[in-house]
Amino acid sequence: MTMPYYVAPEQVMKDRAEYAQKGIARGRSLIATTYDLGIAIVADNPSRSLHKISEIYDRIAFAGVGKYNEFDQLRVSGIRHADTKGYAYSREDVDARSLANLYAQYLGQVFTHEMKPLEVEILVAELGTGLRPHQLYHIAYEGTITDEDRYAVLGGETESIAERLEERWTEGSSLAEALRAAVDALAGPDRTLGGAELEVAVLSGGNGRRAFRRLVDAELEELLA
Amino acid sequence: MTLPLFSTTEDPGPDFAGLIRRLQVPVHPTMSQAGGVPGGGAAGTEIRHGTTVVALRFADGIVMAGDRRATEGHSIAHRSMEKVFPADRYSAVAIAGAAGPAVEMVRLFQTQLEHYEKVEGVVLSLEGKANQLGQMVREHLPMAMQGLAVVPLFAGFDLTRETGRIFTYDVTGGHYEETEHNATGSGGRDARTTIKLGYRTGMGRDEAVELAIEALYEAADEDSATGGPDLIRGIYPLVATVTAEGFESVPEDEVAARFAALIERRRAEGRQP
Repeated sequence: MTMPYYVAPEQVMKDRAEYAQKGIARGRSLIATTYDLGIAIVADNPSRSLHKISEIYDRIAFAGVGKYNEFDQLRVSGIRHADTKGYAYSREDVDARSLANLYAQYLGQVFTHEMKPLEVEILVAELGTGLRPHQLYHIAYEGTITDEDRYAVLGGETESIAERLEERWTEGSSLAEALRAAVDALAGPDRTLGGAELEVAVLSGGNGRRAFRRLVDAELEELLA
Repeated sequence: MTLPLFSTTEDPGPDFAGLIRRLQVPVHPTMSQAGGVPGGGAAGTEIRHGTTVVALRFADGIVMAGDRRATEGHSIAHRSMEKVFPADRYSAVAIAGAAGPAVEMVRLFQTQLEHYEKVEGVVLSLEGKANQLGQMVREHLPMAMQGLAVVPLFAGFDLTRETGRIFTYDVTGGHYEETEHNATGSGGRDARTTIKLGYRTGMGRDEAVELAIEALYEAADEDSATGGPDLIRGIYPLVATVTAEGFESVPEDEVAARFAALIERRRAEGRQP
């Protein structure tokens, strides 16, 4: 009888984390930032049809980076969770916190129990109301959940992007200012990103019950000009 | 609650009704299974009923309107019930029949349309939406046979054809496209006659709203289960339009003013109001 080789659990976890990080770093990054009337999400994504940002519910949006098929499955399950909850209880009872926790638990479970961790990082954003501030939940591949109230950066080289954004970020900036700061931070000093290479969406109170709206074409170009 | 994840072979796709069946969310028995509720037939006079709703096409889209009365047998159960709902941005649904399952059907339908849009990233075609509602009515057939019929009216603006379209249903889930107008519910016959006499193709928005209001007024005059304008409590029928700009409720002030004008006009013409 052959004995399986002993591998220290520390090593297993380290290998898995490295594997997931490498997968995520291969993709492009994404920024979610608050502005005076809501939350803007900006992704470095040249595709018009394979979205990284999506609507989950009335005031909740989803964004993911990493492997498309993996975060898209999470996106759809989030929509299913929210719609089922809103249908069984009431629309008001659907909140980002409980969804973010479910995501964190799932990602954590996959990370420790499955052969391969998910190569994704996701964001659940909820537009605040008069009583509650905006919420940005950033969930990493191993299930770590962090809650931000100003901005969140997801993807590979987040540190340099976050540094650049920190310099430019101001409280209560207009949508155009917030977008320009986010786009410049994503692009870095060596390149420029135009409207065609970006996927942009906002959660804004001005949009009625469904706060999610994509900014495309002329409207986006005007804001970035 | 856990995260609803499915294996690829069991994935319900963008179908919300299929999803809640799989998740075993308790829904109205009619929506999830073909078995009926025992004794439902005997309840025919006891349960709450909503009545007359109308829809008609005009130059820029459609107008939909419904009275506000719900009845339980011969008594009035509710004076300000809503029977006209936005189904999504570009369509509206109105209901007549057993109020409980009807309102539940609308809620499921609204969620279904939004769910599809979010999961797939595109909006269903108007025809697709009409078909979806037809399936829900068909699933409801066993209950309809026991006296709990739900007969919706569906209308919307078709963005590809750039025109308003109206669909009517029967209890079997069959749906039929109307070219101009229709009405359903207990006062439907009177409402239809009124619309038929006043209808012209290519009417403007104001004339169409006016005609829908007049139709409900006539229906309320002839049918005890249809509520007319309640001037004392300030309750008026709900009227909505769907055009290229989307679903829009006609403000209550405007509806009230149009009723006042209608009665005034008839008096001036020497007719009975």
